[in-house]
Parts: sequence; C-alpha cells; structure tokens
Amino acid sequence: MFQQDSYRQHISAQFNAELEAVKNHLLEMGGLVEQQVARAVESLLSRDSGLAEEIIVNDELVNQLEVSIDEECSRILARRQPAASDLRLVFTIAKVTTDLERIGDEASKIARQAVRLSEEDASPSNFVEIRHIGGHVANMLRKSLDAFARLDVDMAVETIVADRSVDAEYSTAMRSLITFMMEDPRTIGAVINEMWALRSLERVGDHASNISEHVVYLVRGLDVRHVEPDELVAHVEESERNS
Amino acid sequence: MAEHVIDIQALRRSAVKSGQEVLPTSLAMRNLSLFYNNDTQALYDINLDIPRQRVTAFIGPSGCGKSSLLRCINRMNDLIDGCRVTGELLLEGENIYDPRVDAASLRRRVGMVFQKPNPFPKTVYENVAYGLRIQGLNKKRVLDEVVEKSLRAAALWDEVKDRLHENALGMSGGQQQRLVIARTIAVEPDVLLLDEPASALDPISTLKIEELIYELKSRYTIVIVTHNMQQAARVSDMTAFMYMGKLVEFDQTDSLFTNPAKKQTEDYITGRYG
Repeated sequence: MFQQDSYRQHISAQFNAELEAVKNHLLEMGGLVEQQVARAVESLLSRDSGLAEEIIVNDELVNQLEVSIDEECSRILARRQPAASDLRLVFTIAKVTTDLERIGDEASKIARQAVRLSEEDASPSNFVEIRHIGGHVANMLRKSLDAFARLDVDMAVETIVADRSVDAEYSTAMRSLITFMMEDPRTIGAVINEMWALRSLERVGDHASNISEHVVYLVRGLDVRHVEPDELVAHVEESERNS
Repeated sequence: MAEHVIDIQALRRSAVKSGQEVLPTSLAMRNLSLFYNNDTQALYDINLDIPRQRVTAFIGPSGCGKSSLLRCINRMNDLIDGCRVTGELLLEGENIYDPRVDAASLRRRVGMVFQKPNPFPKTVYENVAYGLRIQGLNKKRVLDEVVEKSLRAAALWDEVKDRLHENALGMSGGQQQRLVIARTIAVEPDVLLLDEPASALDPISTLKIEELIYELKSRYTIVIVTHNMQQAARVSDMTAFMYMGKLVEFDQTDSLFTNPAKKQTEDYITGRYG
C-alpha cells in the first residue's frame, strides 16, 4: 500500500530526489494548466482577447513541461527500474502529463473561441452555462490534482463521480443553447462558438476524471478506468478491505 | 484471417486467462521448518505450492532462508550435521523426507545448479554424459544422442559442437554454466533448482541463461534463488518473498512487482529495506 511520501525513505537518496523532483514538476504543470483553464474562461466571460492571446501563447509552456516530465520518467525507468509503488508513481506521472497536456489544449481552444466571441455581439445566453460548468470543472481539476498530491483516494473517487453531473449539465446546456439558435438564427454564429467552448470544458472534466482514476491506481494498484460509476465506490472499498 | 484484424475472441480468452489460473502443483511444502544445530531455526512453517512447468523465484535479503529452502528441495541439507527438517515437502504428492526415499534417486529427479559454474575437469562430452554413465549407460549411440540433445536444450550446441572433446575448463564462465545446466538436464529431472545461477556472469551471459530458463520451463519445474530482483521479475512466473526464515508473500510475479500486498515486500522490492 502506498503511504504518503514513503518515497523519502529510499536507501538511495539520489533515487528519492529524482522521484520527488518529477512529482514536483508534475504538480507545477498541474498548477499551470489549472491557471490556463481559469484564465481561458475568464477571457471568454470578460471578452478579453488580449488575455486570450496570452493563454494561447502560454500553451507552449505546457507542452514543454509535458516533454520534459516524460523525459524524466523514461530516465528513471531506464536507470532505476522502479518496482511496486515507485513503478506506479512513475507510470501514473507519465499518464497524468498526457491528460494535463490535453487540458492545456482545451484551454487554448477556449481562448480561441474567446477571441472569436469578443468580435461578436453580446451572447443571448450571457454565458450562464459556461460560467456554471466552468466553475464546476475547475473545481474537479483542482480536486484531482490535490488527490494526486495527497494520495487521497476518497477525493479522487469524488472527482470521478462528479464528472457524471458535469456530463449531465453539459447536455442540458446544449439543449438550452440550441433553443437560443432556434429562436433567433442571427445568434447561430456566436452560439456555436459558445458551444465549442462548452465542449472543451466538458473535455477538461473528462481529463480531470482520468487523472483521478490514475490516482486510484497509484495508491491502491487498482485499475478503475472502465468501471461503471455506480460500481466504483464499492470497488474501491473492497480493495481497501483486501489490502 | 488477415494479420491486422484483431481477434476479439482471442483477446477475451487471454483477458480471462490473465486472471487467476489454477496451476498444477509440482512441489508442495507443508509447515516446513528447518533447524540447524538442532535448535537454531532457519525456516518457519513454510507453506508453498510451486507450480509445475513454471519458474518460481525466491527473493529476500541475505540470510532470509531462501537458499536453505531451495536446498531442502533436494535434501542438500541432509549433508549438514545437526540439521533437522520438520513438516512435509511433497514432490508430485510424495513426501521427499519420508525415510524410504533414497536421496540419490531424489537428486536425479531434482537437479541443481550453483552460483559458480562447477564443470568436472573432463571434456565437454564427458561432463554431459557423466550422469548417464554412473547410471550404467555406456552405449555410444545413446550417449551421443543425449549429449547433443542436452547441449542443444542448454543453447550451447552450436558453440561447442566442434570441441566436444576439449576440456570443459577452457570454456568461458557463461558457457561453463550452460554446460552445467546441460549436464543437469541430461538425466531428465522433473525439477531444476538454480541457486544464483547468473550472479558470477557478465550481463550478456546472464541474458543467455535467462533466455535458457525461459526455454526450459516448458519441460521442467524451475525454482530459482536470486539476489537480483530485476532478474526475478524478468524470468519468473511466481515469486516468493522471504524474510527472517518466513514466507512473507507468494504471488504471481506480475502482481508482486507492481502491487505487492505486504508492506515488507513493498519495502524490499522498492529498495527501502535497511
């Protein structure tokens, strides 16, 4: 069973340092990506194309972090041949970077829509859906990263379950945006851009949920990627009893 | 079916197979304990089922009893004064510690290879033929056949076929170790015990031995003791982690090295033991 910061007790201090470093780099990347999403939503809501441009440029930083963290992981695999929880840590980090990079891409997609929307007339929806789902998704992302940092399975499970309500809210939001377009076809251009942004936010939720699934694997050695949400809690509790 | 088409049925079968498959047992240990000098206990109530035609690795820190346990399997500990074994060790259902069992015939069924290659100071040919000769077999045609077959099985034939009658001590360490394995399998044992078989060899020879272990497991039950955890992870199907004379954890190698159940195992295989 993985215990908090047990990697500090390695006989090899150098190995400790390497694991700690890669873990910190991942959290750094997580922090940057979180900020990218929050500011992308902000740029959209405040119709601030300058801020949006900045986010698009910053995505390059996210990409660089992904590459360098992956390099660190492959170096550790090659040189240290980690086993058990160390192996799961390195493996999880390599997977989480992929999700974080994708979240970064979604943030810059939202920023691109923000640039377009800033050129359109005010939205008939007043971005109510984006504001709502954006808040929800930002919360999920923060929780999934916290779950990783604290090796907190309960929080990870909470995030995976929360993704379901985001998916439901997304469907509702789509329906209401379609209603706006039907009522006034002149809004179609703007509303479609808004839909793309919403779609990106929904994807961010999916990636946050993936990160949480990786955290469950990291801590418990349990793969919950294709477990139905209804069975998830029971599944995780069972693994706790067995360990 | 075209090669790139994914066979869903086969995938499903392998997904089912990768679950818990029940393997037939070759060696069963029942409350096996070992005492030296009549009172010092080296092994405590070991219960272990070693599957047939699979590779089982014993890992653990120095002095944990893994070599002692391996030596129990062909009663090598009998040779030590004041050594006593309690409990049962069943080979194909038969208790090898039954007084009626003859140690010499047991050791024909359970071959052993040690850390340092120990070929006899004889020719390559005579080394492999030795076991058969002491069984009274002297027909040249039969011996020729067995020597070739054993050397081929030990992945050594191509390297030595032109120097079968040269002294085995002239070979490299890796070749000598494969020769010893050929000598061991020439008498067709059921079980092969390998005690650190590659720790005196260079990395390439080590890989050749590991490859050989993989080839041999289709015919023999193999038990290997190794200090090299990566080696245990590479070659074995099952791994037993021992500590202070006790069996801590026994599981499929894949599970043990990715998600061990016991904290002690975790600490040892990740290098936190100390």
